Amino acid sequence: MQISGAQMVIEALIAEGVDTVFGYPGGAIMNVYDAIYKQDKFRHILTRHEQAAVHAAEGYAKVSAKVGVAMITSGPGFTNAVTGLADAYMDSIPLVVISGQVPMSLIGTDAFQEIDAVGISRSCTKHNYLVTDAADLPRILKEAFYIARSGRPGPVHVDIPKDVTAQIAEYNYDIKLDLETYKPHTKGNPRQIKKAIQAIANSKRPVFYLGGGIINSNAADEVRELVHKTGIPAVETFMARGTLVHDDALLIGMLGMHGSYAANMAMSETDMVIALGARFDDRVTGKLSEFAKNATVIHVDIDPASISKLVNANFPIVGDIKNVVNDMLAQSSVIDAQNYEQWRETIINFNELHPLTYYEDSERLKPQWVIERVGELLGDDANISTDVGQHQMWTAQFYPFSRPRQFISSGGLGTMGFGFPAAIGVKAAAPEKTSINFTGDGSILMNCQELMTAVEKKLPVINIILNNNFLGMVRQWQTLFYDKRHSETDLSVQPNFVKLAEAFGGIGYRVTTKEEFDAALQDAIKKDVVAFIEVKVERFENVMPMVPSGGSLFNMMLLEKKESK
Amino acid sequence: MNDNNARRVVSVIVVNEASVLSRITDLFSGRGYNITSLTVAPIPESKYSRLTIVTSGSVRVIEQITKQLHKLIPVLRVYEHEDMVEKEMALIKFPISENLSDINTICEAYNGKIVNVGENVVIAMVSDEPKRIDNFLCAVKRYNPKEIVRSGAVALER
Ligand SMILES: Cc1ncc(C[n+]2csc(CCOP(=O)(O)OP(=O)(O)O)c2C)c(N)n1
Ligand SMILES: [Mg+2]
Repeated sequence: MQISGAQMVIEALIAEGVDTVFGYPGGAIMNVYDAIYKQDKFRHILTRHEQAAVHAAEGYAKVSAKVGVAMITSGPGFTNAVTGLADAYMDSIPLVVISGQVPMSLIGTDAFQEIDAVGISRSCTKHNYLVTDAADLPRILKEAFYIARSGRPGPVHVDIPKDVTAQIAEYNYDIKLDLETYKPHTKGNPRQIKKAIQAIANSKRPVFYLGGGIINSNAADEVRELVHKTGIPAVETFMARGTLVHDDALLIGMLGMHGSYAANMAMSETDMVIALGARFDDRVTGKLSEFAKNATVIHVDIDPASISKLVNANFPIVGDIKNVVNDMLAQSSVIDAQNYEQWRETIINFNELHPLTYYEDSERLKPQWVIERVGELLGDDANISTDVGQHQMWTAQFYPFSRPRQFISSGGLGTMGFGFPAAIGVKAAAPEKTSINFTGDGSILMNCQELMTAVEKKLPVINIILNNNFLGMVRQWQTLFYDKRHSETDLSVQPNFVKLAEAFGGIGYRVTTKEEFDAALQDAIKKDVVAFIEVKVERFENVMPMVPSGGSLFNMMLLEKKESK
Repeated sequence: MNDNNARRVVSVIVVNEASVLSRITDLFSGRGYNITSLTVAPIPESKYSRLTIVTSGSVRVIEQITKQLHKLIPVLRVYEHEDMVEKEMALIKFPISENLSDINTICEAYNGKIVNVGENVVIAMVSDEPKRIDNFLCAVKRYNPKEIVRSGAVALER
């Protein structure tokens, strides 16, 4: 069939089963927007900033396990979207981001709103394309979706000049992809798996080190089974939260810079690390030479470049986690859970010695209480997004996650401003669940214009602003490592968050007590409109435990012990 | 040559398409690594090109770069050469007033000869291992070479 490049984009999105596109129009992409206007197969959600469009697509992708789609114009539209691309790249989120470009004849002339978009996105995408002929569009779009979702997922950027979207060419999406140079390795080497299982059986203090790759591979059920069958305790990375149910007896906790004492100690004392879809990030390992120093390392990952990148793997296994874990399960009978009884005891003792906790010893509410409280009230019924800072770490520590894809947060890039638009994408993908965004008084201002999107599209995200009148995480480092010189982190001067929400047609609450908080949350859920719940919390609370940057995991700063909780 | 500054030769087979070269060189520049030499040419009767990259740096980082090269979508294969035949070509311009028979004799020792004679200059060509090209260029310094161009190395694993 002979159609325009713009129509091809629409047809391809429909063929890929896309039901929601996030975006923002402009000159170079207008042909495509005209084609969007004429169709009714998918909805378009107009965000109020291109960065937000990409974050919303990320939230959507994370929750739905589908490829998220964002659409933007050339020049400033594209550069605004770059942070989103980088964020998705760091966290392996499958996206297809389509941008308009100036017409081919103007490329390279410093034309109005021209920027070398593929030059910029090259280093923050899994792959990118500049389309120079509409006849290539079906193949390129099909490849883009395939590359985004397969192997180690990631964002793919497709830049289309305006004359290419106007060009008429033959459209046929029913083509076989021929990517001779891209064949992700999904099946683990059986001999290596067998050797690894034997090594586990011979170990005394093994630990599962669970990473975000498990979530991407939709392998949480298999991993749960493997953990329970082997009786081997597990730590989760920030990105893996929800892999095990929060109260699973074998879940030691989150590890890393703000990991629990028990998780970090278990990692320091183990003789066998079984890394599943984890990448030994510096925020996780602390000082590398001391990380799991005496351990044999089994490293399972779909991305060969992740294996032995930082820590040498004795048993590297390249493959999709789900496949490899299934293969491991089939052989796991040689592992005797009884053998680790004493090791499990040791870990329980670690947890009793320094449990993950906080004290309610201030006039103002403690931020951790708020998070725990939402957990008590909503638990499994909410999807939880966050922004970046202390509130993010407390959410990872204290929210009782019970399923994969429940926790949506910017891990690798740590992008302030991620939370609210991501939560909008989450709500669009999973309207039946409450979409909560735990945010900070700093972060929320980085994409607060999205109140308009949420109001217009009736996506009632509840933003819980843990207001400490500080760029809290930076303030914490200044307190601890810069002799309390709180340089440019005091946010005493603030907007009226209640009025801000109201100005857009949302609803705002300011609460200072537990009773007020409960009432506000219940009211917000009932009103079913986008909300800001501003909670005045203790200003100087620190996230503990803390492994100072570059320190060893076992050298944690710990919460000072007090009498009552 | 310590561990942190090892010379490495890497060959990469890539789909011959726009932007593939920048994808590859970005991996080096993003880490502050210099490419000593780089040659590219299409592989006959295929859609692929072969690149030969000579670089130096920490073994660990180069291994990492090699893995990242594999990860690039248009990359088919990456060879980190261990045991290879490696050759490079150089063209050198000499004033015609120099001792041409000496120059020609030296060139012959490096698989070359004078290949072009002009009104004021001659152009000589040699091809040999990069190290030997270094030696050659040293040896002909006294004939006042006016211009030198090196092709960069190409390599094949034995
Ligand atoms: C875009 C961006 N700019 C700067 C930072 C550095 N940064 C990390 S946490 C943080 C403070 C965040 O403050 P707030 O949102 O109030 O959260 P809190 O730590 O107080 O809970 C800053 C500035 C960042 N992560 N992202
Ligand atoms: Mg704050």
